[in-house]
Amino acid sequence: MAVDKNMRVLIVDDYKTMLRIIRNLLRQLGFNNIDEASDGSQALQQLRTGTVYGLVISDWNMEPMTGLQLLREVRADAKLKSMPFIMVTAESKSENVIAAKEAGVSNYIVKPFNAETLKAKMVSVLGEF
Amino acid sequence: MASEETPKGAGPETGGESSAAGPGTGGRVTAAAVDERIAAIRARSGDSVPLDEVATVVRSLLDSLSGDLSAEDVRLYREVEDLARYIQAAKAEIAALNPADIREEFLPTAADELDAIVQSTEAATGEIMDAAESIEDALAGLPEETAAAIRAGTTRIYEACSFQDITGQRVTKVVRTLKSIEDRVDGLVRAFEPERHGVSLDATGRSAGSAAPAGAMRSGVAAAGDKAEDAALLNGPQGQGEAIRQDDVDALLAKFD
Repeated sequence: MAVDKNMRVLIVDDYKTMLRIIRNLLRQLGFNNIDEASDGSQALQQLRTGTVYGLVISDWNMEPMTGLQLLREVRADAKLKSMPFIMVTAESKSENVIAAKEAGVSNYIVKPFNAETLKAKMVSVLGEF
Repeated sequence: MASEETPKGAGPETGGESSAAGPGTGGRVTAAAVDERIAAIRARSGDSVPLDEVATVVRSLLDSLSGDLSAEDVRLYREVEDLARYIQAAKAEIAALNPADIREEFLPTAADELDAIVQSTEAATGEIMDAAESIEDALAGLPEETAAAIRAGTTRIYEACSFQDITGQRVTKVVRTLKSIEDRVDGLVRAFEPERHGVSLDATGRSAGSAAPAGAMRSGVAAAGDKAEDAALLNGPQGQGEAIRQDDVDALLAKFD
């Protein structure tokens, strides 16, 4: 099934610069319906408003709720548990990748990253677009 | 320092005449007698004995015991006295480093400078992205081939701007480390100037409420509700050679499939 580029994407990061970078790269890939959150708890609130999101792209190291905690909350929520979830983080140790995978992450991108990597991981999670 | 052999009957279970000294010689000090002398010192100085007075207290104890000490007792207490002198010398050396200056001037200044670096790089990155977005906005109407070439350039600009995120996280790590150093310097200043800072020392010489031991230091941030094992995963950007690359991440994830 073709990916609907009109899907709503939620990006979560506590650095405004990174939110802006991801938003611009997504826009270049044809995704224009983008919402932002500055930490896991704000993201969780947005996800539970009833707005339908097709993808979450989240940083890990944020306060008060980390990306890993957000991921666990999402996977534990009956309505959200199948949400595609990509972690984009500078946390680049094997144990981080394993912990995220065990929590149910769909894919994992190490910062700094490029547009090609972002697209490849989105394709692997959502399918070709 | 301590005697290598434990004499039979040296424990308190052997009755009121248990030995508080090492094996062997002459006059033996009863545990009750030592307790009595410690009680006298406690009555005079309380539970909190500033480091300054450690040597004095030890000497006072030695003097008060001089009438009934064994040779082993003397050796043991001399070593304690040496230890007290060593602490005094260390105190003098640390005082010469002017820890108060480090705490009050150098560390805050370094943290402020680093904060300024983050702010200025963030502002500069914002300007660069403003410009790149303006260029993209102006692409409408251009031939697609030209627009694609320019868009490829702006993509590279966006990618390059992620340096600010990484730089910010690295600097934040350094600032947190400085804060930990500041806390420990603060502890040193308080430990060596307890009267000035109104801090009491516990039996081990640690100031009450002092910072956690160095082993408990964390470079990352514990988010609210974070489990300890999660907190240990927060390390921020790694140095070259420490971080795994995207290829390694992909290989690791593939093992779960």
